[in-house]
Amino acid sequence: MMPTRRQRLVPLRSLRNKGTDMKTTMKSVLAAAILGLALPSAAIAAGGKGKLLGHEFSFNGVFGAYDQGELQRGYQIYQNICANCHGMKYVPFRALGDKNGPGFSEDEVKAIAAYYEVPDEEGEPGDTRPGKPFDYFPDPGAAGNPPDMSLLAKARAGGADYIYSLMLGYTGEEQETAGTILYENKAYGGYLGMGPQLYGDDVEYSDGTEATIEQEANDISAFLMWAAEPKMVERKQAGVWSISFLILFATLVWFTNRKIWAKVKHPEDH
Amino acid sequence: MAHAPDDHGHVADEDRRDILFLATGAVGAVGVASAVWPLVDQMNPSASVLALSTMEVDISALEPGQEMKVSFLKAPVFIRRMTEEEMEKAAAVDVSAMPDPDPRNPNAAGLVADVNERLIDPARGIIVLSGVCTHLGCVPLGDGAGDYKGWFCPCHGSHYDSLGRIRKGPAPENLPIPVASLDGDILKLG
Amino acid sequence: MGTIPQEHYEPKEGTTSKWINDRLPIMGMLDHLNKFPTPKNLNWAYVFGGILVLFLVIQLATGITLAMHYQVGEDSAFRSVEHIMRDVNYGWFLRYAHANGASFFFIAVYAHIFRGLYYGSYKAPREILWIIGVLIYVVMMATAFMGYVLPWGQMSFWGAKVITSLFGAIPLVGESLKIWLWGGPFVGEATLNRMFSLHYLLPFVIAGLTVLHIWALHHVGNTNPTGVEVRKKDIETVKKDTVPFAPFYVTKDLFAILLFLIAFAFFLYFAPNYLGHPDNYIEANPLATPAHIVPEWYFLPFYAILRAITFDLFWIIPAKLGGVLAMFGAIAVLAFVPWLDTSNVRSTTYRPIYRWWFAVLVIDFFVLMWAGGMPAEGIVPLVSLLGTIYWFAHFLIVLPIVGLIEKPLPRPESIEAAFKKKHDITDDANKTPAAGAAAQPAE
Repeated sequence: MMPTRRQRLVPLRSLRNKGTDMKTTMKSVLAAAILGLALPSAAIAAGGKGKLLGHEFSFNGVFGAYDQGELQRGYQIYQNICANCHGMKYVPFRALGDKNGPGFSEDEVKAIAAYYEVPDEEGEPGDTRPGKPFDYFPDPGAAGNPPDMSLLAKARAGGADYIYSLMLGYTGEEQETAGTILYENKAYGGYLGMGPQLYGDDVEYSDGTEATIEQEANDISAFLMWAAEPKMVERKQAGVWSISFLILFATLVWFTNRKIWAKVKHPEDH
Repeated sequence: MAHAPDDHGHVADEDRRDILFLATGAVGAVGVASAVWPLVDQMNPSASVLALSTMEVDISALEPGQEMKVSFLKAPVFIRRMTEEEMEKAAAVDVSAMPDPDPRNPNAAGLVADVNERLIDPARGIIVLSGVCTHLGCVPLGDGAGDYKGWFCPCHGSHYDSLGRIRKGPAPENLPIPVASLDGDILKLG
Repeated sequence: MGTIPQEHYEPKEGTTSKWINDRLPIMGMLDHLNKFPTPKNLNWAYVFGGILVLFLVIQLATGITLAMHYQVGEDSAFRSVEHIMRDVNYGWFLRYAHANGASFFFIAVYAHIFRGLYYGSYKAPREILWIIGVLIYVVMMATAFMGYVLPWGQMSFWGAKVITSLFGAIPLVGESLKIWLWGGPFVGEATLNRMFSLHYLLPFVIAGLTVLHIWALHHVGNTNPTGVEVRKKDIETVKKDTVPFAPFYVTKDLFAILLFLIAFAFFLYFAPNYLGHPDNYIEANPLATPAHIVPEWYFLPFYAILRAITFDLFWIIPAKLGGVLAMFGAIAVLAFVPWLDTSNVRSTTYRPIYRWWFAVLVIDFFVLMWAGGMPAEGIVPLVSLLGTIYWFAHFLIVLPIVGLIEKPLPRPESIEAAFKKKHDITDDANKTPAAGAAAQPAE
């Protein structure tokens, strides 16, 4: 599971909770920029040809629901690692307080919002101010247009499993194309511009959970699924209720219908 | 669907059919109502609109005699810190002789539009007003405008004093005070 | 021919119903709809008309409410859809119901069309009823296509571009027509705006055509699995072949509707994006084409036909135009079926040879659907071409010839006879329970 390449990189990552290794980030940004210009279709390909791990998420299945701890930990990964390059322009900070989502407290939501600088519409163009709960996760403006993460989990075939598999799918093989390093990834099914982002112990989880690479991959994938589909829990609850209701109603209508037709189909009984 | 046959099997059959039909109809009505509800509820304020229904304003920079205007729920709100002199002058007027003696303040229980009832923080002289003229909805001019050194509505010439009370002109009521609370330097609207 | 004799509406003197009916005969119309003599032997293949009416209502209701929040525009469309999904009360429900509703609308319409083809519902005197149905189907496809453009995702944009470009293949006027459709030299704001306008308009055209469709149906009467017409001698004879629509077919159709809704609900609540494409959650980008552009599943058979023509037709029609003509021709040929079918037997049940060809047509439809969804490589182009050839051969060759050479099976003399045979009803059932009836469990 742990290629030597990754082990060699670990000591570089001294800044815990302070984001990605800048070197890796810059490389992936550059690579993405070049790919974005040269190979547009490859850059936005919705996965497909790669191998997915088939991870079992807490929210799989009819009764599956988001796990609040998982989403809060996932947010930690987003803030410390992903947010350096990826925005979430359709996700408002206030959504972090949803009871069917991460369920952060009102004060936590305010603090998270204020952590980000958002465009200040009342100031000069280019001015920023600390975010408020009603603001949206800003685009960090990284070079190469890394994709916005609001809908990423729905915009890739395989969904959250694709993100999970991608995070764990780096083989350690690299390839240099047009001066940029591309990284081989089994989930992507080829070489991509973003380098490995998770190594294990990249953050110190505030709930004390051990930050193994698998745990981190699970949490960020779950968080991004929530970001893309924040109403999933409400939807499934409504679904269980609706389908039970429809089955009950259909049963009643079945007997009603049989009763009504009986005198036509079995006139001898009437 | 088996039932005990009896001498009046036919009648029993009719009875049970009635209950079956009633149950089916009732369940159907519940189903239609539940299906229609989302179509109705979607017109209620959305989460993004509700998120804007409260607003926090930092008033730490406001010096006596200064005024600021913020936009809240697509309408202006005036926040002014009065000087000692202004407050003394405002307190000296007889409220009962004014066109509208009502404080128009949902945050206070009082009945008279005096300094204590109109100001959100009488100690610091801070007043918060809805910036919509009670006549026909124009936005009055501030910074001591008008005959009473408060606000003046340019549309039809309504004069408000420094507490936003209507003193002269066609406006029927004092400038209303929005629902607000003050926690130190943070003014929370809504 | 002529309408089925039906009891006339006679409201009592002095009632509100009579007062209204004397001024607007709506009470009489409702009474006619309620009591409409419907063949008593309709099977479960006949439930899709009712399902389609319900889905038209679902699409209108969810569509009108979505339009209260959707903001048409290149910069606002995608964002407003996310606003609907995240912020609007039950917005996710409305959007997923609308998107999956379109799919289930098409499932029902295909079932309805193939039922019509199997039971000869297009044959005299129902040619106009059938042609109105084909028109409804065409307008449905246009509406669905434009609706898919509105979220302004990658598939929306590229689907719009590719499909509207088809019109560019038309000789002489093609290029101007394309520019006219786009409202400029590119697919953009102007294109999106008109798509929204038309997407809002066309469903009402469908509703109008549906009224005509049902009007024609009530004039000529339903077909039925035997293909034998209701005997129209007098009301008493009609009653032997039919039952009043209410309550008999109200409860039967309602039961079918509920089963259909259960399947619909499963997708809506538990797999709402299964029938969609992940690329449509990426905002439209005119500079990057998705790796594999596929239309919605319900267009796939005709998309396969479009792609099947990769060569010049008859030496003079270029391949691009040929594909377009084949695609539109494959739909248009349906309108001529009433005159292409030479058999004097209506129901395929009694057509021993045609039955097999009908099965081939259904298989062909699904094969084309599969081919339309695959990248055009390997055996896919060949499969598409063979499928296309059969599609046309079925209607233009098989249907006329089989009708001439086939010896049909004996048909029942009346609907009443077929119904009694099926349910073991003996004529003297009211006097002494017959042996067959006794075997039936008493209810």
